[in-house]
Amino acid sequence: MRQETRDRVLDVNAIRADFPILQREVYGKPLVYLDNAATSQTPRQVIDALVRYYESYNANIHRAVHALGEEATAAYEEAREKVARFIGAPSAESVIFTRNTTEAINLVAYAWGRANVGEGDEIILTQMEHHSNLIPWQLLAEEKGAAIRYIEVTPEGTLELGNLSALFSPRTKLLAMPHVSNSLGTINPVEEIIAEASRRGVTTLIDGAQAIPHMPVDVQAVGADFYAFSAHKMLGPTGVGVLYARRELLEEMAPFLSGGEMIRKVTFEGATWNDLPWKFEAGTPNIADAIAFGSAIDYLDALGMENVRRHEVEVTAYALERLRAIDDVTLYGPDDPEGRGGVVSFNFGDLHPHDVGTILDRQGVAIRAGHHCTQPLMRCLGVTGTARASFYVYNTQEEVDVLMDGLKAARDFFR
Amino acid sequence: MSNDEYRRQESELDDLYREIIIDHYRHPRHKGHLSAPSACHEGVNPLCGDEVTVEVALDGEALGEIAYSGSGCSISQSSASMMTEAVAGKSVAEARRLIADFTAMMRGDEGIDPDALGDLEALSGVRKFPVRIKCATLAWHTLAEALAEASAD
Ligand SMILES: Cc1ncc(COP(=O)(O)O)c(C=O)c1O
Repeated sequence: MRQETRDRVLDVNAIRADFPILQREVYGKPLVYLDNAATSQTPRQVIDALVRYYESYNANIHRAVHALGEEATAAYEEAREKVARFIGAPSAESVIFTRNTTEAINLVAYAWGRANVGEGDEIILTQMEHHSNLIPWQLLAEEKGAAIRYIEVTPEGTLELGNLSALFSPRTKLLAMPHVSNSLGTINPVEEIIAEASRRGVTTLIDGAQAIPHMPVDVQAVGADFYAFSAHKMLGPTGVGVLYARRELLEEMAPFLSGGEMIRKVTFEGATWNDLPWKFEAGTPNIADAIAFGSAIDYLDALGMENVRRHEVEVTAYALERLRAIDDVTLYGPDDPEGRGGVVSFNFGDLHPHDVGTILDRQGVAIRAGHHCTQPLMRCLGVTGTARASFYVYNTQEEVDVLMDGLKAARDFFR
Repeated sequence: MSNDEYRRQESELDDLYREIIIDHYRHPRHKGHLSAPSACHEGVNPLCGDEVTVEVALDGEALGEIAYSGSGCSISQSSASMMTEAVAGKSVAEARRLIADFTAMMRGDEGIDPDALGDLEALSGVRKFPVRIKCATLAWHTLAEALAEASAD
């Protein structure tokens, strides 16, 4: 199937040609990949960077005296510089490579949380947390005897901020929340909320897993102390995540994982820590994937994040319009595509999202069905799950049409 | 795609969603609650959020009454409904054997003849959809737990 595009901001045909996986078929149908909020696909340029690394300069970093080690070290640190520039971090020293968003949040929960949250203290989260930004804090609260308070979600799928100030108390130590909801698509007014928290001396963390890949973000403008995201959701490889943190905090914090690479001097009695950011990168890191992640950032930079965002708004607006035209579709999240990322969560008549997902799969359409790792939010919405289509730079309105045809097929099946 | 391929896929979907499965989904049997259950167990499929609660009331060695409640996909709910029909009134030992046979069928165990399981054979089509097998077995694992609780009392 040739993808014709009416798109104005991105040359989607050219983009699609960069993604080998988009050529494949699933059950004999062209793949229509609409599960980008779970993980994105990988362009040739990123795959090439991986191959180049293993074919020509695979070596351990930071301690090799040979040429390969120097090249690998330079490429790894260059990737860190690219990340720092991409998110507007003041310096590469505040960019720590982790395995993923989840590990970045856990790093904060252990290295910062264990030292700064105590009995009777309070943590503010939202009702729309991904389990990754919920369980680490629940464990911390349980261990320390701290309490968690939640910013509520309105029926429109936005945060209830009318009584935000009432959620703070003199014991509030941390506010952590998602920049963009992975289940509802809601773009949260993080700047405003963080400003309120910071005014009260509360430390802040943003789960940016669904924001950094899809829109221009300047972490300093957002103002959070910590900001976490994953490479695999932004055209990069699996196995690399980022924790951005304000330097002063990182300097105060004790290490998270310990061992090689993160030390300066070791004796039988003890050790001193390496400089930032290596103090938080114990052991041999994921060198190859971090370098390839740098190529993913180059790719997104070349497209321009403002264009990426415009493209997603267009595709999302079209999907919302088509879905709204079906009587028994229930949509979740903000009505206005400008207020949401490229995520569309819905239910279809009395069909269960799993059944919808299975039938769509047989048409080559990959969506997500279930609770999207946000079980408490699903309870708020009064559902056990939703079907979720999520878009990225290579998706087209024609693919939304295929999704709609698949939904028709699902309905016919269960009639 | 060849016509044969089309037909094979259509028939796999037809196998997954057999008429009897849709019928149990649309018209569940034994759905609700017992007034005096001997045991009640809640099973969840953490992957997809399917929930099935099974209540049993033992009558001596027999499964006097059974009911289920919950929410989830057509496969999880119809499997629960078909299960209650298959085990109601059977002895606890017979119910346990059926649980073992059914879960063995879903694992693709060659030693089990699906046709010997009556209507439950309809669920064997789910085996071609590996991610859905847990949906089909959820109610059965939950019943096993409920029976263990009831017998322990
Ligand atoms: C909002 C949000 N937070 C956190 C995560 C966890 O990301 P990862 O699995 O890469 O750690 C995800 C991804 O599913 C997400 O969407």
